[in-house]
Amino acid sequence: MEQTTIRFTLNDRPITHAAMPYRTLLEVLRDDLGLTGSKEGCGTGDCGACTLLLDGKPVTSCLVLAAEADGRKVTTVEGLAKDGKLTPVQVAFIRYGGLQCGICTSGFIVAAHALLESNKTPSEADVRAAIGGNLCRCTGYDKIVRAILAAAYDEGELVDESASMPVMEKPLFTEGPM
Amino acid sequence: MHKFAYYAPQTVKEAARILSKNGPNSKLLAGGTDLLVQIKEHVKGPAPDYVVSVKNIRELHDVKFSARAGLTIGAGATISETLATKGVQEHFPAIADGTAIIGSLQIQNIATIGGNLCNAAPSADSAPPLIAYGATALIAGPRATRTVALEDFFTGPGKTVLKPGELLVSIHVPTPPARSGCQYVRHTPRAQMDIAMVGVASFITLDRKGRVADARIVLGAVAPTPIRARQAEDSLRGQEPTADALRAAGDIAAREESPIGDVRGSAGYRRYMTSVLVQRTAQAALKQAMR
Ligand code: FES
Ligand code: FES
Repeated sequence: MEQTTIRFTLNDRPITHAAMPYRTLLEVLRDDLGLTGSKEGCGTGDCGACTLLLDGKPVTSCLVLAAEADGRKVTTVEGLAKDGKLTPVQVAFIRYGGLQCGICTSGFIVAAHALLESNKTPSEADVRAAIGGNLCRCTGYDKIVRAILAAAYDEGELVDESASMPVMEKPLFTEGPM
Repeated sequence: MHKFAYYAPQTVKEAARILSKNGPNSKLLAGGTDLLVQIKEHVKGPAPDYVVSVKNIRELHDVKFSARAGLTIGAGATISETLATKGVQEHFPAIADGTAIIGSLQIQNIATIGGNLCNAAPSADSAPPLIAYGATALIAGPRATRTVALEDFFTGPGKTVLKPGELLVSIHVPTPPARSGCQYVRHTPRAQMDIAMVGVASFITLDRKGRVADARIVLGAVAPTPIRARQAEDSLRGQEPTADALRAAGDIAAREESPIGDVRGSAGYRRYMTSVLVQRTAQAALKQAMR
């Protein structure tokens, strides 16, 4: 069986890579290209831990053959921060405690980025719908939702990683669970 | 994962040729969200040795709409691409009802409606609304093409009329006539990432006097394939669409199905919910039709 040659843009850089045709994009990124930010939780499209952006849209990379990425633009969690500076979504996850064990985190962060690219003023329901394909066994989701909303409505303070932690006295938004 | 060879032909003809040459040992790959899970988990029979990707076949990715010609959905167009096409949400709201709930956003960005149909799960959410709108399927083989009504496309769980070497090219949906409406609702315990226990699409066209000129009621997940509830439809034709008439139609529809009982719900519960959902979707369709 022959390898297929895949040419694609990975985190803004052109890449040419040869891989067996039955390997997933997730496997190739993690095992061949050293980008282990995307995680494999289930391998069957259920958990969202492997979420990355394909031509700007969030997809579960465990269900995308690497060969299918030929000619396309792939952005992983590693490609979000520019010049070593975390994005507001990433800072908000840290600041609001949107993670514990971390296995789900890159998937949530990529999904949140995609949401905020297309919707600058999401409601809590919009946020919950956008992360409907991401599972987290640790946080109970509340802090993740708060972090994403905080990033959406941030007025600049989330760029500064050294700012103090917010005191969470009451929920940011009061729409409640869907 | 099971090892397979991979082809990415440029044309439908070429794809059909590869599929017919390799027989049941080959599988067409559209979004892959069902196929790759089946290969990884060894469900639905032996994994294929040849996978034929539709990625490079231009015409399979087109979604076109005009009020006159109707909607044509290329079998390789993603759910997201289909829903983003101008006119789809406005003229075919039930297609959005049935596809914006498939998997997650991540899945909708890769999965295709063509794949959802060819996978032929009795619970496929895109099937009932498309059948209710009167969709047809364009099929290509190595030598010829043919068209079948989508309601005749399914032959059993995981089975369709596609013969070895044939592939689905596109789905065509006529623009509904004036005074029409259609809604699809599925019943699941969870809002996202779930599979229908019952799914019902009701399409209704009214005449000038407000009576039912045409009705198509399609039930999903309650028989080996999506089915039309033809007796329920007949009971409505020519009638005033009163609450009583809709209730009667719901009860008739519940008797036309052959549901199984499983972890998602008992057969009796499925029948009960069918009756409820026929009434609800028909009410919503009427509302649209009277706008
Ligand atoms: S690893 Fe891809 S969705 Fe779970
Ligand atoms: S932080 Fe552990 S699964 Fe989400």
